[in-house]
Amino acid sequence: MGEAVKPGAVEREKSGGAGNRRKWGIGSRGLFRRVVIGVPFLWLAGLFLVPFLIVVKISLSQTAVAIPPYLPTFGDPSTWWSGLTQLTLDNYVWIASDDLYFNAYTLSLAIAAASTVLTLLIAYPLAYGMAKAPPAWRITLVMLVILPFWTSFLIRVYAWIAILKPEGLLNQLLMSIGLISEPLVILNTPTAIFIGIVYSYLPFMTLPIYASLERMDHSLTEAAADLGSPPLKSFWTITFPLSLPGVIAGCFLVFIPAAGEFVIPDLLGGSRTLMIGKTVWLEFFTNRDWPVASAVAVVLVAILVVPIVIFQRQQARVG
Amino acid sequence: MGWRLSKFNVVSMVFGFSFLYLPIVLLVVYSFNASRLVTVWSGFSTVWYRELWNNRGLLDAAWVTLRVGVLSASVATVLGTMAAIALARYKRFTGRTLMTGMVYAPLVMPEVITGLSLLLFFVAVDFDRGFWTVTLAHISFTMCFVTVVVQSRLISFDRSLEDAAMDLGATPTVTFFQITLPLIWPAVAAGWMLAFTLSLDDLVIASFTTGPGATTLPMKIYSQVRLGVTPEINAVCTILIAIVSVGVVIATLLNKRRLVRQARNERLAAEG
Repeated sequence: MGEAVKPGAVEREKSGGAGNRRKWGIGSRGLFRRVVIGVPFLWLAGLFLVPFLIVVKISLSQTAVAIPPYLPTFGDPSTWWSGLTQLTLDNYVWIASDDLYFNAYTLSLAIAAASTVLTLLIAYPLAYGMAKAPPAWRITLVMLVILPFWTSFLIRVYAWIAILKPEGLLNQLLMSIGLISEPLVILNTPTAIFIGIVYSYLPFMTLPIYASLERMDHSLTEAAADLGSPPLKSFWTITFPLSLPGVIAGCFLVFIPAAGEFVIPDLLGGSRTLMIGKTVWLEFFTNRDWPVASAVAVVLVAILVVPIVIFQRQQARVG
Repeated sequence: MGWRLSKFNVVSMVFGFSFLYLPIVLLVVYSFNASRLVTVWSGFSTVWYRELWNNRGLLDAAWVTLRVGVLSASVATVLGTMAAIALARYKRFTGRTLMTGMVYAPLVMPEVITGLSLLLFFVAVDFDRGFWTVTLAHISFTMCFVTVVVQSRLISFDRSLEDAAMDLGATPTVTFFQITLPLIWPAVAAGWMLAFTLSLDDLVIASFTTGPGATTLPMKIYSQVRLGVTPEINAVCTILIAIVSVGVVIATLLNKRRLVRQARNERLAAEG
C-alpha cells in the first residue's frame, strides 16, 4: 500500500477526508468532540494559564507581612477596584536596580550558552558515530542514549558529587596515576555545573542530531568523494549543513531548560554561583518575598520566550 | 551514510557512552560498599540495603511518590490523550491556538516557575496543600508530554480505518474505543511511562506544591544529599535504577514483539 497510488484512491481519500471531518463532529456539536476538546482545555486553563496569570498579578503586588504575604488580595469582589489601583511596578524597578538579579540572569544565560556548546561538541561526534554504525546496531545505540534519561535526574546529578568532590573518585584517579599532586577543586565551581548540564542534557542534543544524520542521503558525500573532495571538506560543505535542523533543535532543547535549571547549580555549583532558578527559590522560600520571586519568574519567562518564538518560526520553516 | 566506522567514530562513541554510563555504574557499585565513606572501597556488603529497610522516613516517602506517580500518570494519560485527539483530529475550533500554546509552553517552562505558579494558585484558592496538590501539579505538567507522544502517533496513522468505521455508522466515541485506541495503544502506554517517570523524578514542582505529610522520595533524597553523600542514598538510587531499567527493557521487548507480529500480519496480508 502507498507505493502505487491509483488516481481513484486519491479521490476516495479526499472524499473520505471530507466525510471524516463531518463525522468527527466539525460543524455539529458532538458530545465526543466537546469532551475531547473541553476537558483538557479547561484543565490546562485552570492549572497552567490561571496560575501563571496569578504570578503576573502577584509580581505587581506589594510585599506585606500577612498571610499570604502580599497585598492586595482579591477575596471580596467589592474591593477589586481599589485593589487594582494598588498594583505597582515596584518589584520590577527593584529587580532592575539591584545588580544581584542582573548578574543572576546574565550568569544563567552565559552558563546555559556555554554548556549548550559543550554538549554539542560531545553529542555531535557521538550522533555521527551512531549514524555511521551498521543499521542492526542502531536501535541498540539509540536505546543506550535514551536509557539514562529514564533514570532519575536527581540521581544522575548526585552521582557526580561523589566523583567530583576533593576526596572523590576523579581526584583519587588523577592522583594515583600521578597527573596531579593536590586534589582539584571542581565541586562547587561553574565547571561542575557545566559537567552536570552536559551530562544531564546529552540525550536531548544527541537524538535530534542523530535523527537528521540518519535520514541523510549518503550518495551526496559519495559523489563529493568521487569528484575528489577530501572527507573533511565534504563534511563541512555537505554533512554539517544538512544536519543543521537537528543541531538547532538540540541546542534549544538544551539551552532553554539549562537557563532555568535549579537542581544542577544548587547541588554541584555551590552557594556562590547564583543562577536565576535558584534566585526564584531563595526569594520564595528563604526571603518569603513572593512578589519579587514572581517578578523574577515573569522576567525569566520573557527572556526565554524570545528563543522559543525563534525556534518555532524555524521549525515551521523546516516543516 | 556509509556504514564503515572510522577510528574517530569508535573513539567518540566509546567516550560518549562511557560519559553517560560511568557515573551510574560507579553509583551502583558503591552502594555495595561496606564502608560508610562513599569513596573508599572496603569490601562487598549489602548492609545499606538492610539499613534502608529500617528507614521509615525513606519508605514512607517512596510510598507517597509511588501513589502520586501512578495516580497522576493515569489521569495525565487520559487528559493528554484527549488533548492529542483534539489537536490532531480537529483542525478548527475556538481556542485552538491557545490550546496549542498551553500544551507546548509547560514543556519548556522552567520547573521553578511551574512550581511557583501552581503554589500561588493553590494559596489563592485556599486549597490545603499535601498529597492532592502534588498530584494535581504532576497531572498538569506531565499531561503535555503525553499529548506530544500520542499526537505524533495520531498524525502518522492510517485514518482510512476510522473513516471506514464511521462510514459504517459508528459514533466517534465507538470509533475511538474500537479502532483508534487499539492502534495508538503503544503510544498511550509510552505516554503513561513517561508521565510516571517524570512524576517519580520531580523535585522542584513537588517541593513547591507539597504540604505536611506529603514528602516525596526526591525531596527526601535532596534533603539528605545536601547533608552529604551517604551509602543509603546510593542504595535507594540503585533500587530506582533497577526498577526503571527493568521497566524499559520489558517495554522494549513488548514493542519489539508487537512490531514482529505486525510485520508478519502485513506480509500475510500482502501474500493473501
